[in-house]
Amino acid sequence: MGRYVARRLLQMIPVFLGTTLLIFLMVHSLPGDPVLAMFGDKGADPATLAAKRHELGLDKSLPEQYFAYMRDMILHFDFGTQIRNGRPVTEVLGEAFPVTLQLAFLAFTFELLFGIGLGIIAGLRAGRLADNAILIFTLLIISIPVFVLGFLIKMQFAFNLGWIAPNVSTEVNWDELIAPAIVLGGLSLAYVARLTRTTMAENLRADYMRTAIAKGLPKRRIIGVHLMRNSMIPVVTFLGTDIGALMGGAVVTEKIFNIKGVGGLIAESISRREGTTLVGLVTILVIVYLVTSLLIDLLYAVLDPRIRYA
Amino acid sequence: MRGAKSAKWVAGAIVVALAATACGGGKSDGGSDAKGAVDPNGIFSIELGEPEKPLLTGDTMESNGSAVMAGLFSTLVDYKADGSLEMINAESVTTTDSKTWTVKLKPGWTFHDGTPVTSKSFVDAWNWNANVKNAQGLASWFADIKGFDKVHPEAEGAKPTSDKLDGLKIVDDNTFTIELNTAVPYFAHKLAYIVFAPLPESFYKDPKAGGEKPVGNGPYKFKSWDHKKQIEITRFDGYKGPNKAKNGGVLFKNYTTLEAAYEDLKSGNVDVLRQLAPKDLPVYRQDLGDRAVDQAYSAIQTIAVAFYADQWKKPKQVDPKVIQGLSMAIDRATITKTVLNGTREPATGWVAKGVLGYQPNAVDVTKFDPAKAKELIKAGGGVPNNKISIQYNADGGHKEWVEAVCNSITQSTGVQCVGDGKPDFQADLTARKTKQVKSLYRSGWVLDYPVNANFISDLFRTGAGGNQGDFSNKELDAKIAKADSAKTLDESVKAYQAIEKDLVNYMPSIPLWYYKVNAGYSEKVSGVAYGQDGDPILTGVEVKK
Repeated sequence: MGRYVARRLLQMIPVFLGTTLLIFLMVHSLPGDPVLAMFGDKGADPATLAAKRHELGLDKSLPEQYFAYMRDMILHFDFGTQIRNGRPVTEVLGEAFPVTLQLAFLAFTFELLFGIGLGIIAGLRAGRLADNAILIFTLLIISIPVFVLGFLIKMQFAFNLGWIAPNVSTEVNWDELIAPAIVLGGLSLAYVARLTRTTMAENLRADYMRTAIAKGLPKRRIIGVHLMRNSMIPVVTFLGTDIGALMGGAVVTEKIFNIKGVGGLIAESISRREGTTLVGLVTILVIVYLVTSLLIDLLYAVLDPRIRYA
Repeated sequence: MRGAKSAKWVAGAIVVALAATACGGGKSDGGSDAKGAVDPNGIFSIELGEPEKPLLTGDTMESNGSAVMAGLFSTLVDYKADGSLEMINAESVTTTDSKTWTVKLKPGWTFHDGTPVTSKSFVDAWNWNANVKNAQGLASWFADIKGFDKVHPEAEGAKPTSDKLDGLKIVDDNTFTIELNTAVPYFAHKLAYIVFAPLPESFYKDPKAGGEKPVGNGPYKFKSWDHKKQIEITRFDGYKGPNKAKNGGVLFKNYTTLEAAYEDLKSGNVDVLRQLAPKDLPVYRQDLGDRAVDQAYSAIQTIAVAFYADQWKKPKQVDPKVIQGLSMAIDRATITKTVLNGTREPATGWVAKGVLGYQPNAVDVTKFDPAKAKELIKAGGGVPNNKISIQYNADGGHKEWVEAVCNSITQSTGVQCVGDGKPDFQADLTARKTKQVKSLYRSGWVLDYPVNANFISDLFRTGAGGNQGDFSNKELDAKIAKADSAKTLDESVKAYQAIEKDLVNYMPSIPLWYYKVNAGYSEKVSGVAYGQDGDPILTGVEVKK
């Protein structure tokens, strides 16, 4: 177990370096010059442009820039500064991540509770009315695009009923995040429910289930321990990777509800060619992905004792 | 060009301006909304994007930052709706030859930190902003002043040989003189721009902090900047200028989209908007009633010609008649009404409304006349390859009108026209800068200072900053030089008016339409008016109790 974890942690290093290098190169290969764009339509004279480039260290060669960036990041936890406003990237990230964490946490809780709950109901009543109703419901959620769902929720609950504020205010409150969390978690909720339903319906017919019933175990124990534990592996895998997606991929939802989180920051950094901000963001997201996937792999052993790690 | 200095209109002038736009809607004259007592200390909120850069006087050129800076700093002068000057921090700005200017300051002004505003505050600030070492984006504004090339050499990597502009001389605490390289009759108008604001002593110790927490001399003092969330400024009670704030302060709220801001306006979470999203334009007049704003401001959209492109240059220089023809093939009235939802007004010249020297119906090549368009193009030898393209950035909402313009041209003249979309503004700019534009490109201009020279000299002079299409004509350059050397402002403006009429013979660009402010405000505020640059005038807003 210890050796397995150590090996996995070591594997993270090349993945981490590879992804950051790729992102760095990708941003620099996009057409458009961030320094030039600072001056807009009007342009600036070559002397000012050169002075600005020098100030930002953009006059160095690409490998030098990447090397200096990685050195500062690893040794001093310094992610550099933004090109336009000269703010430290750590500060920018420090503002965006807490909001996104809050949002992702709510969305994750929502999809976990309702997704698994609906999945269990459907799985246990496979082929009956409740199952069909849930199938139709999840199909609906999957087929509605996020911005439509967001708009519908806003329309109904903010404008027609007036229950919620249409937008998240500058000082984020938990209750304002409920609506965006539902929109954000909605799609994954449908997948979680369907995954849970299928594996449960399948495992219901397994030999060990028949044995458990024949042994005369109470129903709560049959479903809660024997069935659930075996059915959760694919669901947990999905949930694990979804955490990463929730952290980084909420561009549309964040825009609809006026949330200043990671999604919007990624979009903005790309359009402004803020290479350093983007690498910082991706670095953190890569770490989130790597850590959650490690945790998921370790969870397998808990769920299914037959899985052992040397 | 983005984000010129906000101008504060006097109440009466707004009525005039609104009447001139001939399209009712926003009616706010600052005094007539008598219902509801006014709270002089009330704070109101405005929709704003995150300023792109630190709030430095020498580097703030986009509209988000400028809106805040307009409250924090006062310049020597400002301009009224008709383009005439109003003294703010200056007692007087005088000249006899348009080359040497004498500035007298109003005594007793202080910065927000309590230190006095003196001649030195101005001279030092200008020297700092002009210095190439500080890499300020607006440094070129000092190019008129003698000795600029020593402080700011043009060549890449060149070191400045002096850190002081030779042309600036302090006479006493409240007087200084400015000597220019050549006569510039409208130089006093330029002084209204934010780059000419004074800076306190404390700024030079830590310019970085000065960009985060600016200390100015304006009607408001800086309170806080919570990045990407909000900026707060409060009234400066020691303010000596004529444009004292009628409210207690301004809260600039950050929104991810204009749609979100509009929803918040309707639910009363924000008071003043600067702009609406296209989605809300068809309904906002019904939604807001007389709180809907629909007003012209001094900006113009054009299609510029990339004169360096093979199409226009080889085998011979294009005949201006061809471009005249293309211009007359565009049905501006229909496109502005339908595709642009009435948010623009067809242009009739190159100079936008609200600037000194604006002349209605300056030229007739902006009239829609397919028959004449065909004739002109034929007379000019036809469009090379019979095909044009218009480059635009796809992230700015330009696609629709570019396509409409193209359709209009193709239908009236048979010239093939396609939109050449670049994914974003960055890619668009790079293509322009590296001279990769193949045919025509979308361009625009918001006033820097309210004189017609700004819309002609800064765009069409050989080598001018806004001249990205490499338009160059010696005849025109000579005319511009002559207009610039006129003895008085009046003569210069008149000379530029003649040049504008004459521009049809060169067709450096195709004027399309003037911009309008389409916005609105909440029931909590009154007296909301918008300056020539399209930004709300902060000091005039009154908050109801």
